[in-house]
Amino acid sequence: MLTMNNQSNYIRKELSSLLLKDFNEDKLARTIDRIPIDLNPRDKSSYRCCTFKDRAMTRYRIMALLGFSIEQDDDEYKPLKEYLGEALVREKIEHPPLTVISVACSSCPRVTYRVTDSCRGCLARPCETNCPFGAISIKNGRAEIDKDKCRNCGKCRELCPFNAIIYTPVPCEDACPVNAVKRDDSGNMFIDYDNCISCGRCVRSCPFGAVMERSQLIDVSARIKEKKPITAMLAPSIIGQFPGSTAQLVAALKQLGFTAVVDVAAGADETSALEAVEFAERIEQGEAMMATSCCPAWVDAAEKHISGMKIFLSDTGTPLFYTSQAAETLFPGSLKVFIGPCTAKRSEAIRDNSADYVLSFEELGAMLIAAGIDVNDCEETDFNGGDGSFRARAFAASGGVADAVIARFDEETRSICNPLKVDGLTKKNINLLKAAAAGKLKYNLIEVMSCEGGCICGPGVIGNPKVVKKKLENSMSA
Amino acid sequence: MEKISIEICTGTTCYVMGASDLLTLEEHLRPPLSSSVKISGSTCLGICRDKRFKPPFVRVAGKLIAQASVRKVLKAVEAEYSGGSYAYDE
Ligand code: FES
Repeated sequence: MLTMNNQSNYIRKELSSLLLKDFNEDKLARTIDRIPIDLNPRDKSSYRCCTFKDRAMTRYRIMALLGFSIEQDDDEYKPLKEYLGEALVREKIEHPPLTVISVACSSCPRVTYRVTDSCRGCLARPCETNCPFGAISIKNGRAEIDKDKCRNCGKCRELCPFNAIIYTPVPCEDACPVNAVKRDDSGNMFIDYDNCISCGRCVRSCPFGAVMERSQLIDVSARIKEKKPITAMLAPSIIGQFPGSTAQLVAALKQLGFTAVVDVAAGADETSALEAVEFAERIEQGEAMMATSCCPAWVDAAEKHISGMKIFLSDTGTPLFYTSQAAETLFPGSLKVFIGPCTAKRSEAIRDNSADYVLSFEELGAMLIAAGIDVNDCEETDFNGGDGSFRARAFAASGGVADAVIARFDEETRSICNPLKVDGLTKKNINLLKAAAAGKLKYNLIEVMSCEGGCICGPGVIGNPKVVKKKLENSMSA
Repeated sequence: MEKISIEICTGTTCYVMGASDLLTLEEHLRPPLSSSVKISGSTCLGICRDKRFKPPFVRVAGKLIAQASVRKVLKAVEAEYSGGSYAYDE
């Protein structure tokens, strides 16, 4: 996975705030088709082969930021202005949450293991002797890998005394834990949405920024401009994502035009209370285990890829689900926007009908920049409708969900609970979970976080996870 | 010797554009540099309104680093410490 701050992220944030600024100043329809040219002037050195490809890329990024699916909606004759017009009148957000810019995809070569010049064609030839697939032979004094036979096991690389064999990953394919990244005939990647769990790993790992989320920034900004009642639902992982305090951020959101701001940690309290009861009931009825269901990428993975797991998933709603219900009671008819670090929440919001829109922290950041609001300057303001407990805030880090559920158990339930906390839906952990579903492990409470480290390490975060973790721990012990 | 001041802007623009990484700077400083600097956070330095420079911003010994990263800041601090030069943005 790429580091959190890189050029590709930077460009996305820059472009989002630029678009929003012009939108706020009512001039985006005039400027939007000039942006790709203005950002990539002829005299600037180009990222790709030429300025013109850079411009095309900017155009596609803008399309994704306007919420379009490039696979479905790309019409090269159509000016961006028309796309903007369509985005502004769109009423509903549609599946899927991701889109691939195939022009950006570099069709990374599949030849993942390669013999380099360092090979000395030695006498021992451990590579040739030990390749389980007979894919290596020595030709002209050097090892050669037969592409048709090689199964990418990596044994040769491990054994070579000269480190002469290198591995070049295909980042998106390697990152996807569920084989949803596939290739078309020309080698460009595409996403098989039947397999996809919206975890966001491909987005974060592609060094060319070829996978993007379909943003809902314009929809939210337009509703705000129309002065519609609109409630922000702020995820517990908000801690450390912005300077200043969470209470100051609440004020910043209101300054942006949100009419109310509610705390999803309050919904997390409800989730953990109900899951604690559900666990005790299930175990009493003789079920082998229960798996938490707050992480939508995990729920998707359990349903699509781990046979036998579905029945163990908790039926309790997610923190967003309960928060959304509470918001509906407090502000009937108000639009609802979930703001968090998560790509998969975009799917969950559609599935549960729990939010009209979903924004990432990064996107909220772009809104604040565009509006010129500095959180540090805002007054501390309370959430509407009360806030969550400190345990609910800990949902944001791996292990926090299980801990919050366990904390609600009575003595007896606690003594029989044997939790497994799965930190990250890697290919390896998926196998572990398959074993659990097949009854091969002795755990009875399973927490799964799709992102290693939990939500504070999600695809849409701004805060450096190390800094945030420290902040979270301090706030817990305070 | 007077300590070299490192001022990290944590205004909202700088924070969103990557300043939170800079808050790990201390971990990356080794002696003798670690005892020769004074790190402080700052609210908006006002530079984010200047189109010539890109956030996040850090000032090392009063001089500006734009699009600052831990690596850039370390280079500048090393130069300040050893009397070398660093190409500041302003
Ligand atoms: S936020 Fe850093 S200069 Fe304004």
